[in-house]
Amino acid sequence: MKYLLFCCHEEKSLDTMSKSECDALMDETSAYCEALRKSGHLIAAEPLEPVQMAMTVRVRNGKVSVTDGPFAETKEQIGGFFLISARDLNEAIQVASKFPSARLGSLEVRPVTELRGSSRPAATF
Amino acid sequence: MGCAGEPGSTFTCCHPALSPEAQVAMTLREVCGLATEEIARAFLTTPPTVAQRIVRAKKKIRDARIPYEVPSEKELPDRLDAVLRVVYLVFNEGYSASSGGSLTRHDLSGEAIRLGRLLIELLPEPEAIGLLALMLLHDSRRAARTSPTGDLILLEDQDRSLWNRGQITEGVSLVERALSSRRVGPYSVQAAIAAVHAQAASPTATDWTRVVGLYDLLFQADPSPVVELNRAVAVAMRDGPLAGLTLIDAILVRGDLGNYHLAHAAHADLCRRLGRTAEARASYERALGLTQQEPERRFLNRRLGELPGKTG
Repeated sequence: MKYLLFCCHEEKSLDTMSKSECDALMDETSAYCEALRKSGHLIAAEPLEPVQMAMTVRVRNGKVSVTDGPFAETKEQIGGFFLISARDLNEAIQVASKFPSARLGSLEVRPVTELRGSSRPAATF
Repeated sequence: MGCAGEPGSTFTCCHPALSPEAQVAMTLREVCGLATEEIARAFLTTPPTVAQRIVRAKKKIRDARIPYEVPSEKELPDRLDAVLRVVYLVFNEGYSASSGGSLTRHDLSGEAIRLGRLLIELLPEPEAIGLLALMLLHDSRRAARTSPTGDLILLEDQDRSLWNRGQITEGVSLVERALSSRRVGPYSVQAAIAAVHAQAASPTATDWTRVVGLYDLLFQADPSPVVELNRAVAVAMRDGPLAGLTLIDAILVRGDLGNYHLAHAAHADLCRRLGRTAEARASYERALGLTQQEPERRFLNRRLGELPGKTG
């Protein structure tokens, strides 16, 4: 089964980290990703730019509206994601708990919906 | 995979320091190799609930330094209840797999029966004997309960010549052995009910009065809404569909089985027999929305299609 892990953390807390701390975090994450790729658990992983770079698009009554950023009320933002394959939710939790991001902020573990009886390829969009 | 672990490792996952729910979840995942999501469906609960149970149980085993070992002979009987429940759940997951294209996963049922046989060698308690009888009697109908195309066939429509006579003979004699102990528990009573069906030549030749009486006994030992639902179905066979429907309505009104697809399927079936088409249609649709199992979905869709066309 597939699970999407969202890394949630306060961007402010990242800003206060020194460059060497940041580098150590990235190195540790890369090494873990490499191990997960070898064990067949990791499908995809990407970091995301800060929310200041984000735009929000909506279509209402046929009109497109574009606004800056998500400006969510929550203190934590999504800083990246990992798409993993695991035998079940408990293995996904185990995999998630070893990401350095879990110490820094939190990881949301979301099962990917498997469309019933669908023969269409997984990615059609 | 399968239940490679012998009763010893099952007993370890059923350690009394863990909650009963955690014991069952641990055994199914660690001994029998089921996924968290499959366990959740067997329990009628959500995967995060089961995942949390397993995470906490593992933490407890680690923190309390619970050893992975077979309990002493003195401890065994106290731990039997949890083990029997686990073995039966494993059997049920195999007998009626909670998702996917195939209705049965024979390997899991076979493993549960094997565990059951090992258990009564280790500990010939009446309920362990009752459970083995129950599993054998259910399993005896395996070949008759699905069509060659994988569709579900109800007990009343099954070709009884396909029932496994060897398993029935063994199951019936185990039921007698369990009942003769005079310490009768829920598994033995359920096995006795299965034995009544197994020995009846046809649905109408079934001793429904004895079946209802056994359900009354079962409800005393295990007052659960699922037992009440099964009793209601037996009452419908004894006294007619309206009597059964009244009982099922009362269960559903209480809200106990609102998310249990078989409650809605049974409700639909009795409405259908009474010619209450609109209600039957609504209940079949409700049941369809609640089951992920393809053969059950096909069965429900077939029944829906057989209902007389919409009126008004």
